Amino acid sequence: MNSFSYNKAHDVAEAVADIQEHEGARFIAGGTNLLDLMKENVMKPAHLTDINRLDLADIKENEEGGLTLGALVTNADTAWNERVEQRYPLLSKAILAGASPQLRNMATNGGNLFQRTRCYYFYDTATACNKREPGSGCSAINGINRIHAILGTSEHCIATHPSDMCVALAALDAKVNVTGPNGDRTVEFGDFHRLPGNTPHLDNNISQGELVTSIDLPPSNFTKNVFYLKVRDRQSYAFALVSVAAALDLEGDVIKDIRVAMGGVAHKPWRRREVEESYIGKVASTENFRALAETMLTGAVGFGGNTFKIELAKRAIVRALNEALKSGENL
Amino acid sequence: MTTESAVLEEPVVKKQELPEFELVNLTINGQSFKLKLQPWVSLLDAIREYAGLTGTKKGCDHGQCGACTVLINGKRINSCLTLAVMRDGEAITTIEGLSDGVVNHPLQDAFIEHDAFQCGYCTPGQICSAVGMINEGRANSLEDVQELMSGNICRCGAYNNINAAIMEVKSKMA
Amino acid sequence: MKTQYIGKPVSRVDGLAKVTGSAKYSADFKVEGMLYGYIVSGSIAKGRIISIDTSGAMSLKGVLQVFTHENVSGLPWFSIKYKDMDAPTGSPFRPLHDDKIIYSGQPVALVVAETFELARYAASLVHVSYQEEDFTTDLVKNMDQSYKAPVGKLGYVSPKSRGNADEAFDQAAFKMSGSYQHGAEHHNPMELFSTTAIWENGKLTVYDKTQGVSNCQFYIGNVFGLAYKDVRIISPYVGGAFGSGLRPQYQLFMAVLAALELKRPVKVGLTRQQMFTFGHRPVTLQQLQLSASTDGSLESIKHEAFSETSRFENYTEIIVNWSGTMYNCDNVKLKYELVGLDMYTPVDMRAPGAVTGAHAIESAMDELAYELKMDPLIFRLKNYADEDQTEEKPFSSKELIACYREGAEKFGWTKRSIGPRSMREGNQLIGWGVATAAWDAFQAPARAKALLSIDGKLIVSSGTSDIGTGTYTIMTQIAAESLGLKIEDVTFKLGDTNMPLAPLEGGSWTAASVGAAVKGVCEDVKKKLKKMAVKTKTSPFYDTSSKDIVFDSGIISDVNDSSKSISIVDLMRIAGVNSIEETSTSGPNPINKMKYTFNSHAAVFAEVKVDEDLGIVRVTRVVCAVAAGKILNPKTARSQILGGVVWGISKALEEESKMDHQYGRFMNHNLSEYHVPVNKDINDIEVIFVEEKDDIVNPLGVKGVGEIGIIGVAGAIANAVFHATGVRVRNLPITMDKVLQIAEDDKNQVAV
Ligand SMILES: Cc1cc2nc3c(=O)[nH]c(=O)nc-3n(C[C@H](O)[C@H](O)[C@H](O)COP(=O)(O)OP(=O)(O)OC[C@H]3O[C@@H](n4cnc5c(N)ncnc54)[C@H](O)[C@@H]3O)c2cc1C
Ligand code: SF4
Ligand code: FES
Ligand code: FES
Repeated sequence: MNSFSYNKAHDVAEAVADIQEHEGARFIAGGTNLLDLMKENVMKPAHLTDINRLDLADIKENEEGGLTLGALVTNADTAWNERVEQRYPLLSKAILAGASPQLRNMATNGGNLFQRTRCYYFYDTATACNKREPGSGCSAINGINRIHAILGTSEHCIATHPSDMCVALAALDAKVNVTGPNGDRTVEFGDFHRLPGNTPHLDNNISQGELVTSIDLPPSNFTKNVFYLKVRDRQSYAFALVSVAAALDLEGDVIKDIRVAMGGVAHKPWRRREVEESYIGKVASTENFRALAETMLTGAVGFGGNTFKIELAKRAIVRALNEALKSGENL
Repeated sequence: MTTESAVLEEPVVKKQELPEFELVNLTINGQSFKLKLQPWVSLLDAIREYAGLTGTKKGCDHGQCGACTVLINGKRINSCLTLAVMRDGEAITTIEGLSDGVVNHPLQDAFIEHDAFQCGYCTPGQICSAVGMINEGRANSLEDVQELMSGNICRCGAYNNINAAIMEVKSKMA
Repeated sequence: MKTQYIGKPVSRVDGLAKVTGSAKYSADFKVEGMLYGYIVSGSIAKGRIISIDTSGAMSLKGVLQVFTHENVSGLPWFSIKYKDMDAPTGSPFRPLHDDKIIYSGQPVALVVAETFELARYAASLVHVSYQEEDFTTDLVKNMDQSYKAPVGKLGYVSPKSRGNADEAFDQAAFKMSGSYQHGAEHHNPMELFSTTAIWENGKLTVYDKTQGVSNCQFYIGNVFGLAYKDVRIISPYVGGAFGSGLRPQYQLFMAVLAALELKRPVKVGLTRQQMFTFGHRPVTLQQLQLSASTDGSLESIKHEAFSETSRFENYTEIIVNWSGTMYNCDNVKLKYELVGLDMYTPVDMRAPGAVTGAHAIESAMDELAYELKMDPLIFRLKNYADEDQTEEKPFSSKELIACYREGAEKFGWTKRSIGPRSMREGNQLIGWGVATAAWDAFQAPARAKALLSIDGKLIVSSGTSDIGTGTYTIMTQIAAESLGLKIEDVTFKLGDTNMPLAPLEGGSWTAASVGAAVKGVCEDVKKKLKKMAVKTKTSPFYDTSSKDIVFDSGIISDVNDSSKSISIVDLMRIAGVNSIEETSTSGPNPINKMKYTFNSHAAVFAEVKVDEDLGIVRVTRVVCAVAAGKILNPKTARSQILGGVVWGISKALEEESKMDHQYGRFMNHNLSEYHVPVNKDINDIEVIFVEEKDDIVNPLGVKGVGEIGIIGVAGAIANAVFHATGVRVRNLPITMDKVLQIAEDDKNQVAV
């Protein structure tokens, strides 16, 4: 861990000003990702702006009729919030599938969006990694890549975004509210994270001085037939090889609306609205789910160790949708 | 939409200055500690090396094992992934705070009775985690306990006994 | 005798210390003026260090020294001085010895500073430039380099073949061939290795994490040229080790080096990443060919194993020999070879060798049973070995049939339908598998000291260790029972070179070895007390025969006349004796060892549920029936077996250190990506100890339970996965991609 200076900010303005004032500064919220990476010398901020005292720790009703999740609400408090459990069970389930109870008590909603890849090489400064050190090369492409991406990769990086929460947020059409030196803006969830392309060092479209203040969830009809499937190498406390956030809004057995987002397969949560839309009005059946899954995976490329994920992801989509279908029956 | 940004380029650390000391007030097990710490001291190291309470263990220092679990205002967290300065003014309970020297927490006795450990290294974390879990009130079955205790690795593999101890205490409390 | 503790489920005597946080592990000792060391790990697999720039680190206020090969001198040149008691043949790694890099992650510098954080930061400022050389770390690609495993490592014996297996195989009616692959594994005890060294008045005191304090004393004495008597190693609690603490690890060297140089106490701890830089269970490839006649009698067993080792030491373990003793078979051909690679030497890891070999032979037995269309349990019973055919000796005891019987009954084995994919629950395929396990029951010489004081309290000590195995507890039980004392009046101490010498704690031999010494020394004290009873004039036993004297709860009485009695305390008082001190040595009986084979056994039954679409395997039930002689404490012994089963599940489904051969480096070097089971992975585990009486193996009749629990588990699970899915996954760990047969470059998993 490098040497850094530290300030506690007391309000949003102070936080934004503090980060401007210090070169190489970062916000620190729960610290569960940043401190991990600082101890590995992967991230070396010269200054930390502690945002934990900011008044961003509430879950509120928003004007649209949905909920607004404060950036500093912990993952645990979000998942176990009664309104979230009732109105956004998919989000609740996704969060609870991630990390551990202790980590969820620390991890914040804002921080979760920014968590970085778990690529082995990114974490190990003895190896080449374009994300950590642009231009040094990508060790994973010809290396150990069981946990790596199969969609939206580039020759420069095949890392995945490891979040579970973000997969559900993507499925639910969340929006992220950001404030910064140039004022406030709102970012559609699909535009929040990036694909690696030529700039694998950039995870997202938020600049360093910008602070996420909250996440808006629009009102949602996906309250019954939802399922979050996380496929991983152990039953808990492990990152996803493939995860699927599946949600169905049904009329009888006909799909009124459908959401499918995948985690563990790309540099960002993977969702294709046009594919979802093409199933609206169709019957919710295994055959249709399989066909949808095939389309979702078009263009998928494996790198050896992770090639199995292509087939696995398809099966996971089918399973998650079938479980979503079933979960409505139990209610 | 994109803001052209260089978000994740790591700043070059130019200065070799060391972090400044700050006064950090921690209440650990009801006792107040005024520690002069640099911000790079984790809460775990503050508890162990600066406050001298070595019951809390370091198993990975990266949030991957749960050995460092302590309770902050009754909530369980991994003390290795938070800085002591970030916890200024907070009330922390460690394994040493669960027993008053005469009377143990029921979980402590149940752990002994059920042989819920072997080497004992994960045990302080397991017990603090179980206390935190019980406070959360979400574990209603053995299956829930298995999931909600999965943030604490026991390499000796004492899980069945850990769960038996927890289930017994839970049933007595109910 | 009424006082009875042996065989009782006594709760751990160190339990209170462990649940209250007062048990002190090696990193928990804080000494006035202590400095902190942080190790810089090398980044290349092979080559030379051209330069090390320590100026950035040294310029920081509070950094005392950066030790590198350039400034460490005066240490012995000859590598023999670095040999420890568990070293294989070859020449041991010497930290900071010269500019040579021989494996990735090799320690290249030690930064010592006033605080841990400062040392860590300064370590990040140490810049090392290397000249890289070609290296190779891939066993599979270097099979042509294999050589016969040499003897010389403690406990290793070369495999012995018999009969003519090739011919028998060619002629047999039923046969199977298969190759099995095991990935590398690291022990990863929860406790990080850590050492605190204090150099004071010409004496060195060291708090270390180790499975053998005397091994560390020996090593440090030799390396640093200190008299053994001036080196004291203390290790009262060990947070797991599983073999990783058998050899002194490099943080010990580092802490001592710095403490001697800087003349201040120094603590050096490893990071979790560094826990992947000093020895592992080796990658192993095995070939099995078995054949049987139409009635299911084994005709031949051919078992070959190839394991990786470093280029500097020949790590050997017993993998294939087990196939010569497990089943009755006249034609056995065994082979075990090593391949030297550019990596650190592997080190013994829980049930070394046996767990690797057993998975292969037990899977192969299952495969052949299917060829024969025979129930795999009946097939095993059909080929039961009544004697050790390799050594042509009887077993001192072998209750394996009882293990099969009691295990099968508990498990409900008879309800199993034989065909693969014949049992299911919705989309979960259910499979049941069985496997056998065997392990050696060792005993080594050990010493113990007893001190009985006038208050009736007994302190027994021996320089052994308790790595979670329950040593504290069972030795207390043995001492209390041997001397007829209440257990509260007995304290057992361990983990200190000031105590009498005990062997390394490993291989499940501590209960037998140290237990015998404890029993022996208590018998000696008893003799003294008896003598005192008949020689002291005011004693009720004065001038009577000592053979009628019995001890119970601290009271000495006449076996025929209970009114004639005196407490030990009173006897010592009237005899004017303040304390009785005895030291005694016990060792194995060499004649018995020559005449018999000493093995513990187990039968493991496993149930798996496999998700038909996703390939996810869950182990829902395990029954492990163990025959391990006398069980000293069923509570702690059960925990040992539970732990072994958890390790077996881990080996079967989760654990693997992934080496990137581009770098020659293990890449998943953390507990997030190196998977070991979490709570949710573990379900029902039933442990059965079958009755096994053995007066031959050792005076206590114990065989040890540290390893036997893990050995059969991976085989039983692999067999259960086959039964569930019809896919024979021969490469461990069994991950979903292999089960679904969608893993790339993976031709070794076969479906029927
Ligand atoms: C062992 C382990 C296992 C895990 N497993 C999972 C898992 O299975 N699934 C999963 O989804 N996650 C998992 N996580 C990741 C965890 O969810 C994230 O670390 C956590 O959500 C990050 O939140 P934080 O508040 O701690 O972020 P911090 O570490 O405080 O910050 C992370 C980054 O976000 C920035 N940041 C934080 N808040 C803001 C804000 N409001 N505005 C702008 N920037 C901000 C910081 O500057 C920093 O760069 C795991 C973590 C660990 C250590
Ligand atoms: S996949 Fe991306 S993060 Fe991983 S090594 Fe390649 S560039 Fe780095
Ligand atoms: S030490 Fe904190 S989780 Fe492992
Ligand atoms: S008791 Fe040893 S790690 Fe849990």
